Amino acid sequence: MKTLIIIKREFLTRVRKKSFILLTILIPLLFIGLMFGITFLSTTSISTKKIATYIEHPQFDNAFVSNRSLEYIPLDSEPSGSEIIDLLHEGIYDGYLYIHDFDINSEAQIQLLTSGELGLEFENSIQSTINETVRTIKMENAGIAPTRLHDIEKNSVRLSTVNTEGKSSSSEIALMIGYISGFLLYFFMLFYGMNVMNSVMEEKTNRIAEIIVSSVSPFQLMFGKIIGVALVGLTQFLIWGVLLFIIMIITGLSGFVIDPSVSESMISGASSQDMPIDLEMVERIGLMISQVNWLSIISWFLFYFLGGYFLYAALYAAVGSLVNENMQEGQQFTIPITLPIIFAMVVMSSTVQDPHNNLAVFGSIFPLTSPIVMMARIPYGVPGWQLLLSAGSLIVGFIFTTWMAAKIYRTGILMYGKKITFKEVGKWIFKK
Amino acid sequence: MSVPILEIKGLKKYFSQQKAVDDISFSIPKGSIFGLLGPNGAGKSTLLRMITGINYPDEGSILYNGEPFNAKVHNEMMGYMPEERGLYKKMKTGEQVIYLAQLKGLSKSEAIKATQYWFDRLDMSTWWNKKVEDLSKGMSQKLQFVATVVHNPGLLILDEPFSGLDPVNANVLKDEIFRLAEEENKTIIFSTHRMEQVEEICNQIVLINLGEKILDGNVNDIKQDFKKNLYKIEFQEPVEHLPSFIFIKERYDNTIIYQLEEGQHPNKPLSYWLEHNYTVQDYTEILPTLNEIFIELVKNTTTARPFNLEHK
Repeated sequence: MKTLIIIKREFLTRVRKKSFILLTILIPLLFIGLMFGITFLSTTSISTKKIATYIEHPQFDNAFVSNRSLEYIPLDSEPSGSEIIDLLHEGIYDGYLYIHDFDINSEAQIQLLTSGELGLEFENSIQSTINETVRTIKMENAGIAPTRLHDIEKNSVRLSTVNTEGKSSSSEIALMIGYISGFLLYFFMLFYGMNVMNSVMEEKTNRIAEIIVSSVSPFQLMFGKIIGVALVGLTQFLIWGVLLFIIMIITGLSGFVIDPSVSESMISGASSQDMPIDLEMVERIGLMISQVNWLSIISWFLFYFLGGYFLYAALYAAVGSLVNENMQEGQQFTIPITLPIIFAMVVMSSTVQDPHNNLAVFGSIFPLTSPIVMMARIPYGVPGWQLLLSAGSLIVGFIFTTWMAAKIYRTGILMYGKKITFKEVGKWIFKK
Repeated sequence: MSVPILEIKGLKKYFSQQKAVDDISFSIPKGSIFGLLGPNGAGKSTLLRMITGINYPDEGSILYNGEPFNAKVHNEMMGYMPEERGLYKKMKTGEQVIYLAQLKGLSKSEAIKATQYWFDRLDMSTWWNKKVEDLSKGMSQKLQFVATVVHNPGLLILDEPFSGLDPVNANVLKDEIFRLAEEENKTIIFSTHRMEQVEEICNQIVLINLGEKILDGNVNDIKQDFKKNLYKIEFQEPVEHLPSFIFIKERYDNTIIYQLEEGQHPNKPLSYWLEHNYTVQDYTEILPTLNEIFIELVKNTTTARPFNLEHK
């Protein structure tokens, strides 16, 4: 009962904080704003660069065609050096491209003169136009007609992976989901774990701990705090989930997730608009997203979040109880906890590439790393026994760390003024 | 004699380097104001932490109304104010007290009512929505006291309650402590290293030093036991005659402080002077202060041990 009162306070004081509201509302808004902003900027306000060209090479005559971002302006006569520099300085042109009559098979250089930095995107575009033209010329010289070339290049065979459950799987999307969820878990475990630690430290240095443990047991206080913060995290997820769903509906993206046919109709709708999108690509991504088992991923995510959080939060609480007024002292105790999390991140980044190697399997079962590593494997499909073993060992793991933390905590929280060593902490754990 | 509200038997708590509490026994009758005295580091706070159930004793037993400690029942009958004050800095004062009261087993509505009662009583109502960090030291001290008594505990444990309080607020608190003991029959354990505070407040005391009990009993009885037959007499005129059975300790103006020989009646020197036609203005017995008793005992702890007095 009293634990409930503690949970309530821990939860409410955090949720009522301005920083919580700001973080929860602002992060997705910022994220969405950024996405829209980038899209908006890249579609509407592309500045067109004016490139003056003087082409002496006959085969390049029609190579440069103006588009939305680059406007090619052929000059009638070759300008003198000072003339073109003046023109560039005055801002009449952004660049001057001079194509001399060179041997296609030689390692020639073509010069682009600019007044300032033109931008990588524009340079790449010009470079690829040159490359393409050279290739076409070479093909023609070899006796291959351009139409034939198009036929050869159009690759209509694609590797389609189907797993034993009959679902088509896709490594790209699995990699993405694995990476994102692994990273989110890393972030949240660290973030909320630290939150628990700071709050324990505050109670200790404020000396309120002594008053509270004269009313409830230290375990109730620690456990209430850990649960309270977990609820804060879940609340945050819930708000983000709802926000995401609303946004998906608004943007129509949800079609991908809910029903593949919607995505197909959307794509056919899009194609009528004559937009320069790689339709096949969009279709494929849509299909892939629709084939991911979202329910399973979200459930496992929540499981590993809670399991991993409980495991680490207990350890962080124990560390918080060891810290005296001197905050730097706490550092030496946080290192042993932070290391496995960082190790998990390292394993995770190799796991997303190769989800079934030995390190990945070990990392996904060992409870200190399993939340992060297993989440990176789940989108690829994991054998049932490994999932069970991992889940089981995580549960055992957090029961163990909570038990251990409770022992450290109940002594540490009331220990003042004395520097605490690892050796002493060890004694507390084994003391009954 | 009814069952004492708290009875401590053979309590021991050893830390790795020191014997914090070494075989201490005493009992506290219900409704008394009980002083736990000792210099810094004597083991007072460790003792209080065991009494409040925060730490477990290594040996010995603590009985509440004759029963062994049971967190569910006894936590709620105790109010503990530790020496180092602690409150949530960012929490509003009203909310904070309500929260602590709820942890002591009050329902939400009871907690609100009790908090309002105490805030009104101690003129704190205007602080309700203030955060603790915005209170002055004296104010937060008062708040701490309210947080200790809000759940109407039968046993109040106050560790150095007056430290950091100005005289006005210290008196307000003192009056509250007296009132709680006399009108509401609460038992109060009052821990301090400042002996002079105890003399006016406590009726029972226990004195500890280096983890050991060196004395306990009723304050007046203790003073009687340790008195040295010192008397102070004041005359209107200079005195020239002195009886043979007194030892002069001090003498200034028309005042004499003397020690009476063992077994002599205090009226004897008085009648001697009256016979010599001196005018006595004032005649009092000088009882030792607890501080003096304490210093005397600590100077020679081994000889002091036989003085352990078992009262009641």
